[in-house]
Amino acid sequence: MTLASMARKYEPRKVTPASERVATSAMIASLAAEGYETVSAPFGHALVDAARKNDKIVGLTADLGKYTDLHIFGQEMPDRYYQMGMAEQLLMSAAAGMAREGFIPFATTYAVFAARRAYDFIAMAIAEENLPVKIVCALPGLTTGYGPSHQATEDLAIFRGLPNMVLIDPCDADDITGMVPQMIAYEGPVYARLLRGKVPSVLRRHKPDYKFQLGMAQMIREGNDVLVISTGIMTMRALDAAEVLAADGVEVAVLHCPTIKPLDLDTIAAEAAKGGRLVVTAENHTVIGGLGEAVATGLMMRGIHPAFRMIGLPDAFLEAGALPTLHDMYGLSVDKVTEQIRSWL
Amino acid sequence: MTIDSRSAALTNTSLAMRAWNIRRKALMMGEVQGQGYIGQALGVADVLATAYFHALDYRSDDPEWEGRDRFLLSIGHYAIALYSVLMEAGILPDEELETYGMDDSRMPMSGMASYTPGMEITGGSLGHGLGIAVGMALGLKRKNNPAFVYNLMSDGELGEGSTWEAAMSGAHHKLDNLICLVDFNDQQADGKSTEMLCSEPLTEKWEAFGWFAQRVDGNDLAAVVDAFDRARSCSDARPRVIIFDTTMCKGVPFLERREITHFVRVEADEWAKALAVLDEGKPA
Repeated sequence: MTLASMARKYEPRKVTPASERVATSAMIASLAAEGYETVSAPFGHALVDAARKNDKIVGLTADLGKYTDLHIFGQEMPDRYYQMGMAEQLLMSAAAGMAREGFIPFATTYAVFAARRAYDFIAMAIAEENLPVKIVCALPGLTTGYGPSHQATEDLAIFRGLPNMVLIDPCDADDITGMVPQMIAYEGPVYARLLRGKVPSVLRRHKPDYKFQLGMAQMIREGNDVLVISTGIMTMRALDAAEVLAADGVEVAVLHCPTIKPLDLDTIAAEAAKGGRLVVTAENHTVIGGLGEAVATGLMMRGIHPAFRMIGLPDAFLEAGALPTLHDMYGLSVDKVTEQIRSWL
Repeated sequence: MTIDSRSAALTNTSLAMRAWNIRRKALMMGEVQGQGYIGQALGVADVLATAYFHALDYRSDDPEWEGRDRFLLSIGHYAIALYSVLMEAGILPDEELETYGMDDSRMPMSGMASYTPGMEITGGSLGHGLGIAVGMALGLKRKNNPAFVYNLMSDGELGEGSTWEAAMSGAHHKLDNLICLVDFNDQQADGKSTEMLCSEPLTEKWEAFGWFAQRVDGNDLAAVVDAFDRARSCSDARPRVIIFDTTMCKGVPFLERREITHFVRVEADEWAKALAVLDEGKPA
């Protein structure tokens, strides 16, 4: 039996003319700004600000300081920055040990390496002990074209099942800047997805008084036809799609849920119960075990049964390639979000 | 830190007597449950007696005292041995011995930090202790706290890659406040560790990883004491490891002779017999 992927491997490819080429998004590349203003390294700068006020904060990374913006902290506070080397099991264990000694460690790596390689250490050394380790991970979901080795398409599903963990999937620079002090104020373990480099500032353009609040979903845009319940970068895509659909007379509300656990089901249920709207969840994550299933379960448990659809990544190992191509291929681009919602009306 | 400065309430009870008491308590707990990792507890008793009554600085009435030497039990199933020494050290009351492994006990079968005073970490998922110890040792240095971090692990845990990540890190960060204790009884769940995933030559391996390494007979109290002293007084800026070759079931010859397995099977009527045999060998 020939595996489909093997067959594809040996098929010759057409060479695209140079003028039409789209480069593979390198893992160091920022998420395309897509018309929004950007903020440089919001996580690194927010952590430096917080650490100036709190000498318990330390930073640890596993050879990805530069690629998680933790190097900003390392440059400002070199004696509080621990380079642990390419050893994620050690990274999480040592962070747990430092937390045991009274520190508040921020441990950074890529989401795939935390969720897959270091899971047992996060589970037993950090979560079971309810220690204040803050795990901050770049390349969430489909934000790199490097293929499955770097695409953390199931990290939220993995960590949702882990007791004590708080999960955050920020949309933009405003969320990231806002979440850092609240992660510190919360006394237990937190897993946060990270956007790094030049990160767009999205939410405040749509809602000027927006402030990240841990554990709370917030309405960013009102609309009477569709309610999109979204998290992470999909809130940005939903807001952009809402503008396109508004031009067609379709009013789309966007409820942003940056905290995946604990999920703000009170707000979600109250909005979903406002009759007549199609409810669509949107997440940069496999449709298995993420926001969509959490919302569906929560609504069923409360006896709320709106028309319901999910936008998210398929249950598959994804292709390598250029990020805009992949976002189109897997339904995360503004065009595809718009198209999907339109098809469901 | 010198031995003289230790604040633990010590008596003139000899280490041999402490080790004998630890073995006795472990057997009594085994009898309560009708099972337990008694082979390991009897084997490691001399190491634990030396740790708690010769090397470690701690306060029996304040197990979380900031100045204490940290003792991490990476091997969660050795909890029966640690409970015995915690009782002997006055950190746990003797009266709770009969609750071992029972519902609502503070002494579950596998050690957990949230259950038991004096239990620093939740072990059991093997290969975790040394990495946590590295973090604690880094944290102590940040606080200018001169305490040591001890991590007791098994030879089986030498098979876990995370152990060697932590070993490299301990040397890289020059953690001279980190002392790893390896109980080498050459026994794992499926058989002899040297026949499954051999970690030899072990002393040389730790030395190559940048550690001050010693290997001694873990059931020879004089050798154990000497090894602890050397580990603590070594002036090198590097972490220290002591590999203790121990005999499973040490002190109860009829169990020592039994075909040894990871989980030594002891029949219901044998617990009393084992205690009687141990009593015959009570130190003077």
